[in-house]
Amino acid sequence: MPSSPMAPPRSFLWTRRVVLTLLTGFVLLPVYVMVSSSLKPLADVTGEFRWLPSGLTIRPYVDIWSTVPLARYFVNSLIVAGAATVCSVVIAVFAAYAVSRYDFRGKRVFTVTVLSTQMFPGILFLLPLFLLYVNIGNATGIALFGSRGGLILTYLTFSLPFSIWMLIGYFDSVPRDLDEAALVDGCGPLGALFRVVVPAAVPGIVAVAVYAFMTAWGEVLFASVMTNDATRTLAVGLQGYSTLNDVYWNQIMAASLVVSVPVVAGFLLLQRYLVAGLTAGAVK
Amino acid sequence: MTTTAVREPVRPAPPGAPRRPRPGRVRRIGLPYLLLLPALLLELLVHLVPMVIGIVMSFKELTQFYIRDWGTAPWTGLGNYQVSVDFSAPVGEALLHSFLVTVAFTLLSVGLCWLVGTAAAICMQDTFRGRGLLRALFLVPYALPVYAAVITWVFMFQHDNGLVNHVLHDQLHLTDKPSFWLIGDNSFWALLTVSVWKGWPFAFLIVMAGLQNIPRDLYEAAALDGAGVWQQIRRITLPSLRPVNQVLVLVLFLWTFNDFNTPYVLFGRAAPEAADLISVHIYQASFVTWNFGTGSAMSVLLLLFLLVVTGVYLVLTSRGRRAASDA
Repeated sequence: MPSSPMAPPRSFLWTRRVVLTLLTGFVLLPVYVMVSSSLKPLADVTGEFRWLPSGLTIRPYVDIWSTVPLARYFVNSLIVAGAATVCSVVIAVFAAYAVSRYDFRGKRVFTVTVLSTQMFPGILFLLPLFLLYVNIGNATGIALFGSRGGLILTYLTFSLPFSIWMLIGYFDSVPRDLDEAALVDGCGPLGALFRVVVPAAVPGIVAVAVYAFMTAWGEVLFASVMTNDATRTLAVGLQGYSTLNDVYWNQIMAASLVVSVPVVAGFLLLQRYLVAGLTAGAVK
Repeated sequence: MTTTAVREPVRPAPPGAPRRPRPGRVRRIGLPYLLLLPALLLELLVHLVPMVIGIVMSFKELTQFYIRDWGTAPWTGLGNYQVSVDFSAPVGEALLHSFLVTVAFTLLSVGLCWLVGTAAAICMQDTFRGRGLLRALFLVPYALPVYAAVITWVFMFQHDNGLVNHVLHDQLHLTDKPSFWLIGDNSFWALLTVSVWKGWPFAFLIVMAGLQNIPRDLYEAAALDGAGVWQQIRRITLPSLRPVNQVLVLVLFLWTFNDFNTPYVLFGRAAPEAADLISVHIYQASFVTWNFGTGSAMSVLLLLFLLVVTGVYLVLTSRGRRAASDA
């Protein structure tokens, strides 16, 4: 182990080597298929599978934008996931601050209720929510069903419970003396939150934002029911390549890669914050 | 690691501790509620109110004729539930089958995800060259959007032009003829493979975070006492991970049991019978046959089942923990 004075025995080193090699292969296989197939001409992906392309082409990356309106789906996903993330993080910061710093009646009820919504099967409230959005639309004229707004509202609640839970742990680890000092200095409670607690908890907040964005970017079930042609997100739009007469696997792979790059890159850049946030908050 | 700054959590003052009185007490009493209000309203709107509506709907005969104005649909009492659990009739039989498939799938998937994630995290507890790179690589399946990852697996599982058949049939000659992976009995194993591929990095992530909270001196002391690496893993690492595992296994269970995205992208609307997970089954019962009353009743039964399992699990594991700490 890390600081063990003895070197680990050979049996452990070999097991480790084998386990990590196998896992690397398992993880990389689909990634390799995605990348290599996205650079193949159509003939290579319609016939027998080829490990190596017969020739490299960037045509799929050009064609994906015209086969389906990918750019529109992309913008929709960006707006929906971005707005859901910002709202979710702000709301979670407020809620977590209240739970972490105040004693009040109903605190336990609140945390238990919020966390337990995580266990609801999405299918249970999909249909009622759809009816509710339609009814709210009929009654008030606010179009929630089929609009980006409805999707934003839905997605931000998906990431809220985990975000609040994680931020409570994170805020708890910020010494109370710090915000007490700020209060004595004449800051209001919100001043203490934004000038002291939030800056000290940036890694946790970044982690929560990454999580919220990924949740919204990848959701399929509600997107498939609650969007129309104009508001369709990538989750549904990507299936458009296979409903045509031909299945353009090279284009599907290229499009999958293009829509994955923003989240994967963001995630890998910020993953150390997620691990740090989990260490400080969730798994404590 | 970059976690040193947050390693020493300062516990908040105990709830009963007296607080210094400050001016503006009334505002301060209202403030926490004000801060919670947005979260509370949204949870009510998107989760709790729809859940109540769903429960009400499960007592109604809600077919397509009433969908425009669902309030006018006639009440059927427990009718929808009777249809759902009448296991000798087609609807109930299909539901029971789907439930059993989901249970088997969930047990296997959660078990494998936990095992692989824990093994990988323990292998990477030590520092070695390339560790950071490997860690980032292992998190890729978790970071990829579900539909992009699963659609790649769909391509790999294709009958004529997929990688899996190419390797198993053309290259290794293990099968007489190319197999179908996305229909028939094989679809269960295809689904399990994709689910484990997608799910184990989360277990890896959580266990890795949990490992960092184990004090180093424990290992040093054990090493001085002559305990080898394997013994250290068995006596220190695994027992220390118990509280982390308690939450991790529960979360994995709930996510896997309720998973809709993976089977939906893998198989489309009509899942093969061998891989007919309960979420897709209910989706189909509601949106393909337009029978929302029965679909709601099935969802409520699913929720009840999850509540009972979660409750029993929490009671059992907390008792186990208490017994362990008493010993």
